[in-house]
Amino acid sequence: MIGSEIPALIPVTYVLFAILIPLIGLWKREIVWHLSLLGTGITSFLSAWGFLHLINTGETIRYYFGGWTPPIGIEFVYDGLAAFIVLVINTIAFLVLIHSKEISKLEFPGKKMPYYTITMLMMLGFNGMVLTGDLFNLYVFLEISSLSSYALIAIGEKRAPYASFRYLIIGTVGGSLYLLGVGFLYTVTGTLNIIDMHAMLPQVIGHSSVVAALILMVIGVGVKAALFPLHGWLPDSYTFASSSSSALIAPIGTKVAAYILFRVLLFLFGVDLIDDQLPVTTIIGIFAGIGILYGSIMAIAQSEMKKMLAYSSVSQIGYIIMGISLANPFGFIGAVLHVLNHALMKALLFLVSGSLRSKEGHSLITKFNNSYRKKYPWTMAAFTTAAISMVGLPPLAGFFSKWYLALGTIENSNWILLAVILISSLLNAVYFFRILEKVYLNDPEEESTEDTEIIENNEVGFTMMFPMAVMALGLLVVGIFNAYIVNIIFTMFPAGF
Amino acid sequence: MLDFFMGHYAYWFTMILLSVGLYGMLLKKNLVKKTIGLSIFQAGVILFFVSVAMKEGATVPVKADGLPVSEVANYMNALPHTLMLTAIVVGVATLGVAYALLIKIYNRYGTLNEEELLDKIQ
Repeated sequence: MIGSEIPALIPVTYVLFAILIPLIGLWKREIVWHLSLLGTGITSFLSAWGFLHLINTGETIRYYFGGWTPPIGIEFVYDGLAAFIVLVINTIAFLVLIHSKEISKLEFPGKKMPYYTITMLMMLGFNGMVLTGDLFNLYVFLEISSLSSYALIAIGEKRAPYASFRYLIIGTVGGSLYLLGVGFLYTVTGTLNIIDMHAMLPQVIGHSSVVAALILMVIGVGVKAALFPLHGWLPDSYTFASSSSSALIAPIGTKVAAYILFRVLLFLFGVDLIDDQLPVTTIIGIFAGIGILYGSIMAIAQSEMKKMLAYSSVSQIGYIIMGISLANPFGFIGAVLHVLNHALMKALLFLVSGSLRSKEGHSLITKFNNSYRKKYPWTMAAFTTAAISMVGLPPLAGFFSKWYLALGTIENSNWILLAVILISSLLNAVYFFRILEKVYLNDPEEESTEDTEIIENNEVGFTMMFPMAVMALGLLVVGIFNAYIVNIIFTMFPAGF
Repeated sequence: MLDFFMGHYAYWFTMILLSVGLYGMLLKKNLVKKTIGLSIFQAGVILFFVSVAMKEGATVPVKADGLPVSEVANYMNALPHTLMLTAIVVGVATLGVAYALLIKIYNRYGTLNEEELLDKIQ
C-alpha cells in the first residue's frame, strides 16, 4: 500500500526533479518553471494525502530504509508533527514557486534552470530534516538545505554574495556545533536513532557529556533558526536575496530549524529531562523574549520593506521558540500553530514585496503613497490581511497562536513573557500600520494634486496574484477553522504532556 | 591531575583545533583565511569523532579468524569513521560553495579584505 511509502516518496520526488530539471532544462529552458511546479505539486499532494491518512488511522509511519530496522538502519518517522510541518512547507513552496515566474524574468534572467534545481535540492534537505528519525542523517539533510540556501541567497542583488558568505561561515559553524553535540551524545548512548536515544537518556542524564551535547545542539540549531543572539546573518541575507528566494527561505528555513528544536528538546530529551541539569527552557525563553522585542524594535527602524520583514522574522521566530520553552500543552499548541500562521503570513508579505518590486522597482516604505491602493487594490488587500494577522486581530490566524502562547505563559505564571507578547503585538502594529497609513490615507499636503491625477489600475498578473490570494484566504480559513486544527495538534503532543 | 591531561590528550588537540578555527573566522580580515579557519574548525569535529572510536588493542572492523564477533572489545567501532566520511564530503562541498561565493565577491568588489569590502559597500 502506498500510504506507508509516503515518507520516502516525498524526498525521492525532489531528488528526481533535481535531476530532471537540469537535464530537460538544457533541452527546453522554458519548461523548468512548469517542472518545478509539478515537483512541488506532487509532494504537496503526497503530504496532504499522508496527513489525512495519518489523521484517519492515527498511527505513526516508520519507514525503514533498505529494510534495516533501527537502531542499525536509518528510519524516517512520519508522525503527526512531521506530517503537519511537511504539509506546510511543501504547500508554501508550491505557492511561492507559482509567484516566482515573473520574478525570475526580472531578477535573475537566464538563471532559471540552476535556480529551480537548487530550489528542489533545498526542499529535499528541508523535507529530509523534518522526516528523519536519525540524528546524523538530520545533520546531512541540514547541510544539504543550508548549502542550497547559500546558493539561493547569492542569486540576488549586488551585495547578495557577501551576505550569503557571512551566512555560510555562521551557518557552517552552527552545523559543526550540532554535529559535535551529536558526537557527545553518541559517546554516552551508542546510538543515533532519536527514539532509541530517548529511551536511553534517563540512564545517562547526569553525565556531563549530555549537558554539553544539549548546549551545543541548541546553539547549533539556534544559528539556523535565528534565535536572538545568533540571528546576525538573517537580515542581510533576506534583504539582498532575490524576492522569490527570500519568500521561499524566510517562511520555510527558520521554521524547519525551529522544528529541530521541537524534536531535540521535547521529543529527544523530553519534558522531564530537559531541565534536569540546567534550566535550559528558562534560558531559551529569556533569549526568545529578548529576540521578540529586539526584532520588533529593529523592524520599526527600517525603511526598506524586505529588511523590515527580515527583522520581523527574528521576532516571530522568538514566538515559536518561546512556545517550546514554555514546555506545556498550551505553549506547544501555540508554537505549532505559529509555525503554520507565520509561514503563511511571512510568505505572503515577502510575495507582496516581490510584487511591488516587480512593478515599482523598489520596496522602500518612504516612497509608498496612497496611489498604491488604486494601482494595486488586491495586492494591498492581501498585504492588509497579512499585516492585521501579524498584529493579531481576532478573525485572522495570527491571533490564535498568540492566544495559546499567552495561555501558556499564564499557566507557567511567567508574567514577563506575557508582557513581552502584549508589547510586541503593539510594536507589530506600529510597523505595519505606518505602511497601511501611507497606502490608505491621503497625505494632506498632496491632496490637491492627487485628485486631478488619474491613476490607472496596474494590478499584478495572475501568476503573482493567485498565490497571494490563496495565502490571504488561507489566513482567514485557518483563523476560522482554528478549533479543528488545534484538535489535530492535540494528537501531536510529545510524551510527558 | 597529570593523568587527567594525559588521559584526554586527543580531546585537548580537538579543543585547540576548534579554538584555532574560531580565531581564524572571528579575527582574520581576509575572507579566504576565514574559510581556512572554517576548514580547521570542521577538521576538529571530524578528529573528535575519529578519536572517540579508537580502542586500545582492538583491530580493524573486519572479521578475523580466532576473534569472535561477540567480543566487541576486539574490534574498533567503525560507525563514527563512516559518519565522518560523509562529514568530510559535506566539508568539501561547503568549501566549494564558499570559494564560488568568494569569486563572485572578488569580481564585484575587487577585494577580499573585509574592511575594504565594508568600505566599498557603504
